[in-house]
Amino acid sequence: MNNAVSFRLNGQNVTVNRSDDAPLVYALRNELGLKATRFGCGQESCGACVVSVDGQPIYSCTRPLSAVAGTDVLTAEGLSADPVGVALLDAFRDEHAGQCGYCLSGILVSAHALLRANPTPGRAAILAALDIHLCRCGAHGSIIRAVERAAARIGAEV
Amino acid sequence: MIAELPKSIVDNPRLGQWISFDISGRVTVRTGKVELGQGILTALAQIVAEELAIGMASIDIAAADTALSPNEGITAGSQSVEISGASVRLAAAQAHAALIEAGARRLGVSPDALTSRDGALHHDGKETGLDFWSVAAEVDWSQLIRSDVLGSAPPSHRIVGTNALRIDMAAKIGAGGFIHDLDLPEMLHARVIRQPFRLARLAHVDEPLLSRRYPDVSVFRQADFLALIARDEYAVARAQDAADTFVRWEDVSGRWKPAANSGPKATIIGQPQETASTNSNRIAADYARGNIAHGSIGPSCSIAWLKDGQLTVWTHSQGIFALRDQIARCLGLDKANVRLIHAQGSGCYGHNGADDAALDAAIIAMHQTGRPVRVQWSRIDELSRGPLGAAMSARVEATLGQGGQISEWSMTVRSAPHAQRPGSGGHVNLTSAEALDAAFLPNAVEDLPAATGGGASRNSVAIYDFAYQHVQVEIDTSSPIRTSSLRSLGAYLNVYSIECAMDELAMLADIDPLAFRLNHLSDPRARAVLEEVAAMCNWPAQKAPREGYGRGIGMARYKGKGAYLAAVAEVSVDDTVRLERLWLCADAGYLVNPEGARSQIEGGALQAASWTLKEEVQLEGDRVPAFDWSVYPILRFSEVPEVVTRFIGDRADEPSLGTGEASQGPVAAAIGNAVSQALGVRVRRLPLTRDRVAEAINFG
Repeated sequence: MNNAVSFRLNGQNVTVNRSDDAPLVYALRNELGLKATRFGCGQESCGACVVSVDGQPIYSCTRPLSAVAGTDVLTAEGLSADPVGVALLDAFRDEHAGQCGYCLSGILVSAHALLRANPTPGRAAILAALDIHLCRCGAHGSIIRAVERAAARIGAEV
Repeated sequence: MIAELPKSIVDNPRLGQWISFDISGRVTVRTGKVELGQGILTALAQIVAEELAIGMASIDIAAADTALSPNEGITAGSQSVEISGASVRLAAAQAHAALIEAGARRLGVSPDALTSRDGALHHDGKETGLDFWSVAAEVDWSQLIRSDVLGSAPPSHRIVGTNALRIDMAAKIGAGGFIHDLDLPEMLHARVIRQPFRLARLAHVDEPLLSRRYPDVSVFRQADFLALIARDEYAVARAQDAADTFVRWEDVSGRWKPAANSGPKATIIGQPQETASTNSNRIAADYARGNIAHGSIGPSCSIAWLKDGQLTVWTHSQGIFALRDQIARCLGLDKANVRLIHAQGSGCYGHNGADDAALDAAIIAMHQTGRPVRVQWSRIDELSRGPLGAAMSARVEATLGQGGQISEWSMTVRSAPHAQRPGSGGHVNLTSAEALDAAFLPNAVEDLPAATGGGASRNSVAIYDFAYQHVQVEIDTSSPIRTSSLRSLGAYLNVYSIECAMDELAMLADIDPLAFRLNHLSDPRARAVLEEVAAMCNWPAQKAPREGYGRGIGMARYKGKGAYLAAVAEVSVDDTVRLERLWLCADAGYLVNPEGARSQIEGGALQAASWTLKEEVQLEGDRVPAFDWSVYPILRFSEVPEVVTRFIGDRADEPSLGTGEASQGPVAAAIGNAVSQALGVRVRRLPLTRDRVAEAINFG
């Protein structure tokens, strides 16, 4: 069998053909060639693979490809086309956020979903949104500051 | 005065080995050091840009490559800025002088009248039409790098010393910046089914079942090495997840034999004192930690490609030259036919699965001629099948003499090996080598020599001015568990032990722990970081701000010759320990990139906090069970403390000292001492989990 699954990816219509129902992360990285979404654990434990589906952060390492049919998927590659995404990318750059960078694309997508839903989150809301992500380098402080900085910019604009 | 050349230059003495101007407008820098997530390439680019008076955007740092790069050994021990930084600085300064001279010859003017601006040559301030690239062919790039090329004037920095942005980060966030992202044509995906314990014998593979359930997956087996291969990555990943259903392993007793070790090594400083030792002036305390997992967020990965008799391996190893030699040895190849190219991996904190994954891919690629083979480890293998940070213990016995001064200090360290990298001690030290042939098992293990800072012995000699100090270190090779270098090596537990014992003795002497340390400390830089961190947190005014809170202090100079760091931790303890605040004061000499240094110091501190509060690999007998994040929690965003960091001693005339491993020991000790203050009992065995705290309260 060959299942064609169509969805919107960073604003573009895409279709993936696979004979199985692989998790979304494999389709993004291998069929669609978008490498910013990382494989970390395959067990919903680390958040490296997080993408947003219809504005909700989800683990792409377990979400079956078929489950995103007809949805809007955003990956880290799509952030620069959106003002909230740009605010986050700028803030992460300016705060020197991150250390090795492997966890960052998932974190950026989670932060994007948070700020789209709540442009003025307090620290507690930011920590809650980031808590599904692991960072082994100990770069948490700069990452939290970056999300706060982006929130301040967006909050000032709304 | 002729300064000494850095070792990297001695080993790679020719200018053209380090720098080239072959592409117009671009400067290519070759370094043997590799990016581990620590930001080293950015710091090196700053140094080169400074010397060439050119923008950082013109600098390309080439990926380390055994065919092209200077061999600078391994990227470890917080030596990269110190040694590689000094090396590229000399190379860039000499290249600049040589390019100016070539321009001067062409123009028939004195080199003294020429300057450069962004690569363009100017004569008496006016453009000459020449630039680095138009005269580069006239430079003898085989010339030897000299130590006297730098002027004696104090450096005036434009790029070095600034918070330049990381040159690698944009690709890592938005595109394919990692080895995992390389996608070669016709690439095959492979997964290795790892031995569940050391020298497990591969008893049976149910190939009919495998091919029925996973028809797109093929099997490669050689002795006890088993790999699954397919064109599609998910096909091999899901087959790997089900390996228990088609693979059976056997324990053949007697296959594993402990390696010999070199026996205890003692260091003695000063003379034994004649102090009457009683229970009231003496402590004897046993500190310990278990094995710790590296826990990189991205699993180890490698790609190998056998083509036209040449094996090329992309790896995120810390030491591509040593790994190249051992891969060639395992596969029976001439090392001239094996080329390793570094590609960046997820954060690396020491000898993790990176090297093992490279041999995995190489073994498989040898049987897939012409097609690149990509191996990626599973999360479970990344945590449980790479080398672990070594379990160790330290016993401190010390006596207080007159006026609360320590008269005798003895520390006995016993540790699993910290140094089993590829090639260490002449051994292969790659897990799949042992799967191919049990004869590759190492038969003798020694600690790292003092010249490289030691392994188990790292920071075992206390920085304090004790009248008599006796330190003994022994490598324990009795366990089959594979251990090797994890960030700071033995320094983490040794500093924890020394600094906790200092607090225990301070309490015995009834002297404030900060004052007690200063009473034993003549090193002015060590005193300065302690005094500064005390000022930062207003020590000891708020000794115990409220019930269940505690503050503790810890200090060390990494390896006894690197960066100084003093830490104060504030914790709250109810049934678990929560790290509330950390104050860090470091003296790492001159900071090439202050933000990068802060990131390394704070990152090291938070990672150490995670080890200290949470981490220990739970063994099953003498085996490491397959485990994942669900049973090996690490510090999360909701648990991170407020951190304040300050650097002192950041002067342009001070040599730069590495920052990646300075904070682990002091931060652990500060947390341990804070917990002790909060609880009123001492927890000597790490990690400081709920169970350990309860144990100490009940039986302390």
